[in-house]
Amino acid sequence: MNRRTVALAVLAALLIALPAFAGNYALSVATLILYFAYTGQAWNVMMGFAGQLSLGHAIYVGLGAYTAGGLFFHFGIGPWAGVWAAMLVCVAMGLVIGFLAFRFGISGVYFALLTIAFAEFTRIGFDHFAWSGGPGGMFLRVAQRDTWDLANFRGPPLMYYYAMLALTALAFVACFFLLRSKAGYYWQAIRENEEAAQALGINTFRWKMLAVAISSAMTAVSGVFFAFYYNNLFPEQIFHISRSIEIILGPIIGGIGTLFGPVLGAAILTLLSDSITDTLGALGWEIPGIKQVFYGIVLLAVVMFLPNGIWPPIARRLRL
Amino acid sequence: MPALDLVANVVVSGLLTGLVYGLMALGLSVIFGVVRVVNFAHGEMMTIAMYAATVLFAAFKLDPFLAMLPVAAVFFVFGYALQAGFINPFITRPEHSQFMLLVAVAIILTNGLLMIFGPDARNVQVDYQLESFELGPVLVDKARLYAALAALVAAAALFAFFRFTLTGKAIRACADNYLGAKVVGLNVKHLYSLTFGLGAACLAIAGCALVVLVDVTPPLGPAYTLLAFVIVIVGGLGSMGGALLGGVLIGVSEALAGLFIVPSAKSMFSFGLLILVLLFRPQGLLGRRT
Repeated sequence: MNRRTVALAVLAALLIALPAFAGNYALSVATLILYFAYTGQAWNVMMGFAGQLSLGHAIYVGLGAYTAGGLFFHFGIGPWAGVWAAMLVCVAMGLVIGFLAFRFGISGVYFALLTIAFAEFTRIGFDHFAWSGGPGGMFLRVAQRDTWDLANFRGPPLMYYYAMLALTALAFVACFFLLRSKAGYYWQAIRENEEAAQALGINTFRWKMLAVAISSAMTAVSGVFFAFYYNNLFPEQIFHISRSIEIILGPIIGGIGTLFGPVLGAAILTLLSDSITDTLGALGWEIPGIKQVFYGIVLLAVVMFLPNGIWPPIARRLRL
Repeated sequence: MPALDLVANVVVSGLLTGLVYGLMALGLSVIFGVVRVVNFAHGEMMTIAMYAATVLFAAFKLDPFLAMLPVAAVFFVFGYALQAGFINPFITRPEHSQFMLLVAVAIILTNGLLMIFGPDARNVQVDYQLESFELGPVLVDKARLYAALAALVAAAALFAFFRFTLTGKAIRACADNYLGAKVVGLNVKHLYSLTFGLGAACLAIAGCALVVLVDVTPPLGPAYTLLAFVIVIVGGLGSMGGALLGGVLIGVSEALAGLFIVPSAKSMFSFGLLILVLLFRPQGLLGRRT
């Protein structure tokens, strides 16, 4: 076994055992970290692997959440069926955006702005969409929270933690194999130099579409989790551009295009935000906005001094 | 069907507001056209100018249209410093890295404002805000007209600077060919910083003009950033005339959408327009194909 496998096994064991010593609050923080790690991993497929900068990933979280949430709310259809519908809707949306953008040769900054436009368009659309509750939001019934009801994905915080841990692990393994598959090598070729990739005979349109499809399907599952974990959905919150930014901060801070970057980035950012809150609370500096100012300063420092993210230098140091 | 004179009123007011939006977007467009960096902190920076105008008004009773000059001067220096200190090292980095940098700046600016001024809306009250000129059936708000005129004057000055001065010509050379500009001995980094300073000064003037028309709160920043994106893409990223045209188009179309459809759906219209323009004329209405 190499060092990498051992390190991963230790980490996995720690995460599985975590609920044994963590209280409910620590568990909710850990769940949040895993949520961002998973969603960041999904975004990383599109940007980190295939080089397509999406700044509107909240659209897939939102559509996934509203599809599964809506099916449950209106027809009592549980999340296990809902998640497929959610993935279908998100992949369809991703393919529409991808088809339009890639067919018309939109790339780089223009592609990024197009993804923002679609997300904002959808956000305002949902504000006027009565089926989903409009701006007033959609509320899922909160049933008993102490027993595991896997069929309806209802249960104590522990269940959500393990669900998110399983998803994150699954995404990690899937990305590991994706990166080493034919598609993975094609994506990296496209990311590094699209024209050269095309000259080598790669059908860049098709492979970029595949990246969008996989990324949007994975993000749809985040949305379903979000719907059944928080039980309330508001267009203003779920589709907002700040949600999209939140999703991509983890992978960028952690290390874009790496497998462990999104996980590390999510952990650092969530813990950072939490510890800033605690420190400021202890100091008695409870001015609105001060927390985000510190957060912004840390982001600024990381992006200035560690342009490839935090993970690559750590990986070198640990020889992983 | 609303009466015709009501429609005319809405169109005129949308057109005048649109010119101010256009000046705001002009700053973004000039910065992108030359430095090739999308300023994701654009609206946040303009919100600072709006707050500056309210503070100067509260402290010295300084009319926002006079406050424009000192605020623009400070913003020029601020923009120059931001580009020279933070963005210049990023011009060769990938887009997502530049994006992160400016998002971090935007987070600091918005929440810095929240820390200093709190979440409550602020405004400026001048006596001509409630007055209007009567042109036949059309009532033109005085404040709105002044704001639009200020935007036009500032845009014309910027246009003249780029067209007729040697420095302006040098900046255009940087925009056309980065390497060529370096080869002939232009100080590209200085010119980039100058450009960012000018873009920021545009914002300052647009912000001071806008604060006469709307109340200002910290979350306004991200909303204006998005609005500026829509305008410059519709008009043509990097095109100066396009930014003004885009501003007017968005101003009028949002005003009309507010009249004919639900007011809250009006920006859906703008984003829809943005998507259409990106797909069928990605260089924008007045942009050049690269």
